[in-house]
Amino acid sequence: MKLVIEASEAVALGAKLSRVKVCPMYPITPSTHIPERISDYIFDGEMDAEMIHVESEHSAASAMIGSILTGSRSFTATSSNGFELMYEILPILSGMRLPAVMAIANRAVAAPINIWNDHSDSMSARDQGWIQLYVESSQECVDTIIQCYKIAEDKKVLLPAMMCLDGFTLTHVFENVDLPAQKKVDSFLPSFKIEDKLDVKNPKTFGPIGFPDSFMELKKQQQDSMLNALEVIEKANKDYAKEFGRSYGDGLVELFEMADAEYAILALGTICGTAKAKARDLRSRGKKVGVIKLRCFRPFPVESLRKAAKSLKGLAVLDRHISLGAEGPVFTEINSTLPKIKVFGYIAGLGGRDVTLDHIEGVFKDLEKGKQSREWLL
Amino acid sequence: MASVERKESVGDLKKGKIELTRGAVIRNPGNITDYHTGSWRVFRPVIDQEKCTKCSTCWRVCPDAAIFVDKAGKYMVNYDYCKGCLTCVKECPVKAISKELEQK
Amino acid sequence: MVLKEVRFHGRGGQGAVTSSQVLAVAAFHDGKFTQAFPNFGVERTGAPIESYTRIDDGPIDVRQHVYNPDYVIILDPSLMADLDMTKGLEKGGLVIVNSNKTPKELGLGKFNTKCIDITKVALDVIGKPFVNIAALGAFASLSGEVSLKALDKAIDERFAAKGKIAALNKEACKVVFNKCEEVK
Repeated sequence: MKLVIEASEAVALGAKLSRVKVCPMYPITPSTHIPERISDYIFDGEMDAEMIHVESEHSAASAMIGSILTGSRSFTATSSNGFELMYEILPILSGMRLPAVMAIANRAVAAPINIWNDHSDSMSARDQGWIQLYVESSQECVDTIIQCYKIAEDKKVLLPAMMCLDGFTLTHVFENVDLPAQKKVDSFLPSFKIEDKLDVKNPKTFGPIGFPDSFMELKKQQQDSMLNALEVIEKANKDYAKEFGRSYGDGLVELFEMADAEYAILALGTICGTAKAKARDLRSRGKKVGVIKLRCFRPFPVESLRKAAKSLKGLAVLDRHISLGAEGPVFTEINSTLPKIKVFGYIAGLGGRDVTLDHIEGVFKDLEKGKQSREWLL
Repeated sequence: MASVERKESVGDLKKGKIELTRGAVIRNPGNITDYHTGSWRVFRPVIDQEKCTKCSTCWRVCPDAAIFVDKAGKYMVNYDYCKGCLTCVKECPVKAISKELEQK
Repeated sequence: MVLKEVRFHGRGGQGAVTSSQVLAVAAFHDGKFTQAFPNFGVERTGAPIESYTRIDDGPIDVRQHVYNPDYVIILDPSLMADLDMTKGLEKGGLVIVNSNKTPKELGLGKFNTKCIDITKVALDVIGKPFVNIAALGAFASLSGEVSLKALDKAIDERFAAKGKIAALNKEACKVVFNKCEEVK
């Protein structure tokens, strides 16, 4: 069904179509519309799920441990400092191998207090063992939430996944969405079954101590599963395309005009849309430029990136976060992935600063000149 | 299922195969009963059944829940788990529990 | 059709964000691709608000704010003292202002400015100064970018749960549309 909806609603509909059963949620701007819509669906009887009105984000994440262990597909959404309050529980969900799915409406982390978009919340949690997919449009929101469950619950993966969408810049955007039919989603995403379940008749111990002689092996299991996720994400993207006719690159990176590109911009989320628009404009003026959208940041898709960038003369990375005292985290990782390519790193769009077509044009100019004129796109 | 081999006992952890389930789930819970902590004792409490009034004080104060009531209704000490703290000896209102040095 | 960009100016609580969204849904009913989003400062009633709608024949990639609008809709011209509401608009571009003054009085002479007293229509038809949806009637007439029929449908959907508000808004929208047809 085609319609025009807000991206937040697309996220909520993604959860509804995934037949989520438990939603422990604590609203925070700009993620608030997501729990609001889910509440509507439950109240109207359109969604068979339990909304748990928790007292904090820490509790929202904690409640998901319990709900998933009972075998219930679970979902939550948050932003910024609310997300930071969940921090303690993030590695517990991943270490216990619970396939939680969470939408992060990316918002700058205070102080100073700021409700607008950047990636400082989710980027700071990149080492917590969660799969991280960054999306660009409302359509991608609904598609990706469904895919997240498919990926997270895969036996080769069994890890939690967060879908990151830019706060306001995407969460509050109304745009065209082609909503998948429930029946098709049901066949794409079978019901959730957990191997080790909370069951008083068959008790098990969850979350025990891991002694020094087994802890590293257990962490290696997590790492192996994270790397398995690369092919599982690709497959989910491919299978989704078969069923619904839409795909996002190879699922890990999405390439725009990259076939013969000499210079490219690599970014995450909504910046990619603006970059595509500018690349199209520059192409019409004969410039061989392209855009690499890094859809999957965790696991980090080294092979896909090397393939995408192999004939580039220069690449610019736009980070919507800075690891203070170092540099943009995406830039750091791209640099170590592509040692032979000249890579410029830019800090852009912090705390809701608009990333404009002019910014993008300036970056492409830097690339062409082979000289970086500035590091901060102010 | 993956596993690692614990080559030597470490404290209470016995040597042998450790199963590495995903998420470190322990599928045979209650395995703490495999670890007998009674070997810690220097003194063992001994209940004189003649003097015992079955007031249950020892059962209530035992920090390891090592006092139990047998089928005949007698208060007994589970020496697999009694660590010899002797709280029961101190608390028994009729002095029915005495301490004896363990022979090691 | 090339990408068309509309910028709404209003005060928090006046419904500029809703206007941009209803316009997007209407454009969708006309078979277009569309995008609508707000640019909030503080989320406070009465504070100046900008909201944007983009309309195109194909999918819309660009996500920057609207800096060079094709159309500007001003719901409350009293904000003009502090804000340059026509910033980025080309000379001769269409400005729709809810005002009982003339374009010259408002200092908007160099643009194709149409002053319509939408507040009066809203008070007459709805009985309350709800101008945000009625203003879309002016936009439909003066820009031709969206049909009145599609607007009606979008209004119905938006206010389905709010009783007679949908019908009243549609009526106000039509009255404004007809007024604009006369002054075109």
